[in-house]
Amino acid sequence: MELLCPAGSMPALKAAIEHGADAVYVGLKDETNARHFAGLNLDQAGLTEAARYVHQHGKKLHVAINTFAHADTFEHWRRAVDMAVKAGADVLILADMAVLAYAAERYPKVEVHLSVQASATNAAAIEFYKQFGVKRVVLPRVLSMNQVRSIARTTDMDLEVFAFGSLCIMAEGRCYLSSYMTGESPNTAGACSPAKFVRWDEADDGTLESRLNNILIDRFAPNETAGYPTLCKGRFTVGEDTYHALEEPTSLNTLSLLPELYKEGIASLKIEGRQRSPAYVAQITQVWRQAIDSVMSKPDNFEVQQQWDHVLAGLSEGSQTTLGAYHRKWK
Amino acid sequence: MKFSLGAIQYFWPKQVVENFYQQAADSSVDIVYLGETVCSKRRELKFDDYMRIAHMLREAGKQVCLSTMTLLEAPSELRELRKYCDNGDFIVEANDVGAIPYLQEHQVPFVAGAAINCYNQHTLRKLMSMGMSRWVMPVELSREWLAKLLAQPMVKDVRDCFEVEVFALGHMPLAWSGRCFTARSENRAKDQCELCCIKYPEGREVTSQDGTQVFVLNGIQTQSGTRYNLVNQLPNMQGLVDVVRLSPQLTGTFDWLEKFRANSQGEHPQQLATNDSNGYWLALAGLVQQLD
Repeated sequence: MELLCPAGSMPALKAAIEHGADAVYVGLKDETNARHFAGLNLDQAGLTEAARYVHQHGKKLHVAINTFAHADTFEHWRRAVDMAVKAGADVLILADMAVLAYAAERYPKVEVHLSVQASATNAAAIEFYKQFGVKRVVLPRVLSMNQVRSIARTTDMDLEVFAFGSLCIMAEGRCYLSSYMTGESPNTAGACSPAKFVRWDEADDGTLESRLNNILIDRFAPNETAGYPTLCKGRFTVGEDTYHALEEPTSLNTLSLLPELYKEGIASLKIEGRQRSPAYVAQITQVWRQAIDSVMSKPDNFEVQQQWDHVLAGLSEGSQTTLGAYHRKWK
Repeated sequence: MKFSLGAIQYFWPKQVVENFYQQAADSSVDIVYLGETVCSKRRELKFDDYMRIAHMLREAGKQVCLSTMTLLEAPSELRELRKYCDNGDFIVEANDVGAIPYLQEHQVPFVAGAAINCYNQHTLRKLMSMGMSRWVMPVELSREWLAKLLAQPMVKDVRDCFEVEVFALGHMPLAWSGRCFTARSENRAKDQCELCCIKYPEGREVTSQDGTQVFVLNGIQTQSGTRYNLVNQLPNMQGLVDVVRLSPQLTGTFDWLEKFRANSQGEHPQQLATNDSNGYWLALAGLVQQLD
């Protein structure tokens, strides 16, 4: 079972490798990947350096080119694939059928993984993507453990699941909430709730309001911790109640599911967070390295160590973690 | 320009659905999409009921298309999907790519629904090679995006081999989740939802703390808080869009159908309601309403 860690920069990539990642995933500095944030990601030189560093350590580099190509700039996506292959990427993480088809035709020997943005949530969809020579599918975070198990037992495709990080509660690649509010979505612009639309207002009584393109996402009392206004994690009113109508600001944490995921033969555990700091990546990687080593050496006697939970809680949104959709009751 | 009725997105009692399609049969609509596309627990109507209604509508001169589930997770949902794809009589709207291999087996043409990610000419051609005969554009795309896509030589060459359909009236489906938000709004677990969404035939409104309607909850689906309304955009759809889709609403759907028809060439523009939007079509944020 592979530990696949995020890197938005060279320092983060080095931190991941030094702390035990088996593979690292990165994106390019443009709209071709779903974490298109200012100051993040690698250019061609950076990508080449990343591949060299990762390979020196006997590890793998995955490159995410996982947004959907625009009609008049398809060239950018093609160039991104060319660039990644030329730099020496081991794996391309793709979502758009057009980009998948290009990679399959042009670089049939390069390993391709189906991005979570392609939203393959069932065995039939996985079957569909086999025509593009996909070697592994990243499952969306909407599935329960039972559903993951059922897919794992019906397909011969390698599966990758999200193990830790920000919790996307909608089927990825099919969520247009962000463009509804701002005009930019993960599919079209590579970002959800983009920072340039965020505004903070402080009232005289100390109440803090977070807005996204002028829509009020949340209101925080002076003693409350205020989180980034990701639009699905705001407090809204339904009927008489004001609450987190869609989801609380919390992080996904599947540590306690590790033995089950291992038994089902899940090929890889993905840590979310290319937008995070090198220090964050280092700590997360260290905990998950220990946890995976532990489950692989004694799958029947695996226990989550308190210290792991402690570290992960400290790195989580709102210091809270959840099993998310893996746990049926969450739904 | 043809007009269609999308599949009913909400959970309505069986009699309400039957009445709605009786009205559809008597209306001027050209194409009707039928089926449960949101939640497999909603079983007021079963597959056989939909087939019966499909035949009734066909006899009334409508083109009928069976519409399939969007978020498919459980093996039981795939078995139900198979039934739709194997119906042998009516064309099918695939709302998840999982439906496509089943439809390819029968070598029947299909409609690629708005939740299938087709954003460019290469994907469009790929889907056509699999049998797609009609493409419903993703709701977040604009007229400008559509025009650019259709202007690509590889699309122009085959433009007479497929139709373009655009979602043009109703609360837009914007997201699907493993979680049921209607059940959550009633403090129920999804497993004990007791199908409470039947109480909300127009979904549940979600407003920001300062009173702006932001979303509508419809089970596992999140819809736009605004009603998308492209009635006044019909003239600039000419030459680009073949089918205009109206999403069934509890009331007023057939009145709107006539208003849309009347304004196809811009002869009878309509006053938009405060809560109407047209932003996506105009390449703006989806919730924006731009006056003409």
